[in-house]
Amino acid sequence: MSERYSRQELFSPIGKDGQSKISRKHVLVIGAGALGTGSAEALVRAGVGKLTIVDRDYVEWSNLQRQQLYVEEDAKQRMPKTVAAEKRLRMINSEVDIQASVLDVSVEEIEQLIDEVDLIMDATDNFDIRMIINDISQKYQIPWIYGACVGSYGISHTILPGETPCLHCLLETVPMGGVTCDTAGIISPAVQMVVAYQTTEAMKLLVEDYHALRKKLVSFDLWKNHHTAIGVDKLKKEDCSSCGQSPTYPFLSFENRTKTAVLCGRDTVQIRPPERMNRDLEKLATILSEQGGRVSLNPYLLSFQIEKHRLVLFKDGRVLIHGTKDIAKAKTLYHRYLG
Amino acid sequence: MELIINGDKVEVPNKITTVSSLLQHFGINQKVVIVELNQSILEKGSHQETTISDRDKIEIVNFVGGG
Repeated sequence: MSERYSRQELFSPIGKDGQSKISRKHVLVIGAGALGTGSAEALVRAGVGKLTIVDRDYVEWSNLQRQQLYVEEDAKQRMPKTVAAEKRLRMINSEVDIQASVLDVSVEEIEQLIDEVDLIMDATDNFDIRMIINDISQKYQIPWIYGACVGSYGISHTILPGETPCLHCLLETVPMGGVTCDTAGIISPAVQMVVAYQTTEAMKLLVEDYHALRKKLVSFDLWKNHHTAIGVDKLKKEDCSSCGQSPTYPFLSFENRTKTAVLCGRDTVQIRPPERMNRDLEKLATILSEQGGRVSLNPYLLSFQIEKHRLVLFKDGRVLIHGTKDIAKAKTLYHRYLG
Repeated sequence: MELIINGDKVEVPNKITTVSSLLQHFGINQKVVIVELNQSILEKGSHQETTISDRDKIEIVNFVGGG
């Protein structure tokens, strides 16, 4: 027998049977930031059979404080996150089949990644992609585990198709704006706490110990010493268009997606949210001016210069990202500063 | 009026009578939240008509996006 998993096998809810189940499962981790590196490391150490991890970004110095698979050399070389993650994960456990891709994930990409996946781990940083994951999970009947954090606050919910309310039931609409780790900061213990909740639920699913699942929406604030777990079963909606009686999976359709376009000859990407918005430009100006960039505002638009990029925000929700033709890079900046 | 919010005792003005006005008081009425009042979860559409009173136990969960 392999010594490697002996302590996990001694833990009776897992045991040898559970370990053998874990070793036959395939987990898809979407995002290789703080939550993604945490989840991936835990699952690879635990001996999952196959782990696929995807992300569109590269390693920066500001990641090292909490993104546990990366080292200084990765930031110096601006290594794509999944390339650096894959290298480290293989060193941790060479028995696991690790598939890493540098990929800007949207509907088509997930449809291709989802084949024979047993569980999806959310390690993303925005609700556009989470609503797509939510619809994919329902369409293919694959559980997924929502996790998010900002500051010292974190939240997680396990979504089982056909049983629990889905994220669409809980949110009703997609949250726009809001604070992000790049505007409100983040401490690593908040990340680790969410990772602990997500990966423990993942282990229960992988060993098929469904009775042990938490069955509650959990949230906490480590700095304020708060902890809340509430039952949300009552919020499951029979007429939900994602998980109800006659689902249409609205977030997989083109109309409901955030759209991007490279503007010809302008070194600029336009990002347009699915619905017209009424952005509070003055409030955004206050938030963004704390980011070290230069902010200027007129009644129609807000301009935000940060390093070599300039973001121009219109009241109707549109954003122009100047200084790049790369859609993935533009999306990264968009979600970093606008959530 | 004294409320227990996420486990902490919090004093709020007596003019706050509904869940909606409470969320407004904390400046989180624009955020996506789920509210539990005395261990009973509230439908989002009912925040406006759900009244609150002294010593109520309220849990507020805020959906955030970071990760």
